[in-house]
Amino acid sequence: MADDYYEKKDLQDFPRIVEQAPEQGRAFFDYYAKATAPGALSAREKALISLAVACVRHCPYCIDAYTNKCLSLGLSGDEMLEAIHVGAAMVAGDTLAHATQVRKILRQKEM
Amino acid sequence: MSVPGPSFRECLRRSGFFPFRAAAVKILQLNITRRCNLRCRHCHVEAGPEQGRQMADAVLGKCLEVAALPTITTLDVTGGAPELHPRFRELVARLATLGKRLLVRTNLVVLQEPEFADLVEFYARHRVELVASLPDARGERTDRLRGPGVFAAIIEVMRRLNAQGYGRPGSGLVLDLVHNPVGAYLPGEQGALEADYRRVLAEQHEVEFNNLFCLTNCPVGRYLEYLQSSGNLGDYMLALQAAYNPAAAGRAMCRETISVSPDGTLYDCDFNQMLDLPLAGNAPADIFSFDHQVLAGREIVIANHCFACTAGAGSSCQGATLPIADQQRTAVI
Repeated sequence: MADDYYEKKDLQDFPRIVEQAPEQGRAFFDYYAKATAPGALSAREKALISLAVACVRHCPYCIDAYTNKCLSLGLSGDEMLEAIHVGAAMVAGDTLAHATQVRKILRQKEM
Repeated sequence: MSVPGPSFRECLRRSGFFPFRAAAVKILQLNITRRCNLRCRHCHVEAGPEQGRQMADAVLGKCLEVAALPTITTLDVTGGAPELHPRFRELVARLATLGKRLLVRTNLVVLQEPEFADLVEFYARHRVELVASLPDARGERTDRLRGPGVFAAIIEVMRRLNAQGYGRPGSGLVLDLVHNPVGAYLPGEQGALEADYRRVLAEQHEVEFNNLFCLTNCPVGRYLEYLQSSGNLGDYMLALQAAYNPAAAGRAMCRETISVSPDGTLYDCDFNQMLDLPLAGNAPADIFSFDHQVLAGREIVIANHCFACTAGAGSSCQGATLPIADQQRTAVI
């Protein structure tokens, strides 16, 4: 991958995506702020969910941002890794759950 | 200390705060000694057992005079470990007679020493508000920043303070804790951290406190050395700059504070004290030429380290300066 992809400083441009398609951009950021703000779930719980999703989705920006956010909220490395293991287990689980589809076709096709 | 984007001065200018001026002098912060029984890795005043600087008698005497001025409402005694100043008890007792809000910034650990064991009762008798550094509600991070065994010592002293009434509802004896990030990141939302501290300290250690103050580490002193040696300085300054919040600039502590160094020199804050950035222009240079009127309208000396006090919810010696509802969302993720 060329060096100019996924640079840390790229993230500073993220808020400015509203310069194009501003209505949709602002709607996204408003939604993002509401979805990630503390509610029935605490800020710490939401930060751990976000970190796990960031790892599952392989987003370097989000991994950086949410590792820092988890640190800021006093979460330990063990808590962060436990959350990531949940994400990893879910990925493994949904991969293997699709084996049921393979097995269904096998049952249909094999003599 | 350079930043790739706009400087602190430029950020203030863009948000209509330049020149940056004081609004009053309500808080008199006295740094009476650089000596400390600990040597914390984040300490911006680089305090430690080997430090010898302490406030001379003549400076102490003048500080007592200034503290009595009616415009001064809060007296904030700090160090180092202020308890290690030989005239500490006398100073606190005399400040207490002024009937003002009186804070002592203590590392708590010093109260374990036999010669300071009486201070728990002394503080209560003089209705001193205690502000104590506890970087994390869990021991591992606190000890990493402040030294092995420090967390256990703090818990033991907190139990004694609680027994005296400190941190207990209705006692009027205030024990506030200070959270600092243990690394190169910014503090989280003060309310969320306070709730976590309260739960963990009550459930695991059965100790109580009043408020948690979240402080952003300022890139000064030992913390600056850490940022430089760990290769984090550039990213940290970028994070501070990205989190610049004009509302926090308006509420910056320096706008109502004067910081007095052990030798009596006046500064806008103790970060400037450490950077040897004395007051600007025609402002009085030292406590002996204290002039409230001039100081209350002085222009504040700024540099890029000031980004630490204007990040997010703001940061001051009494924690965040803005309620969460007033925080400008400067970073998306």
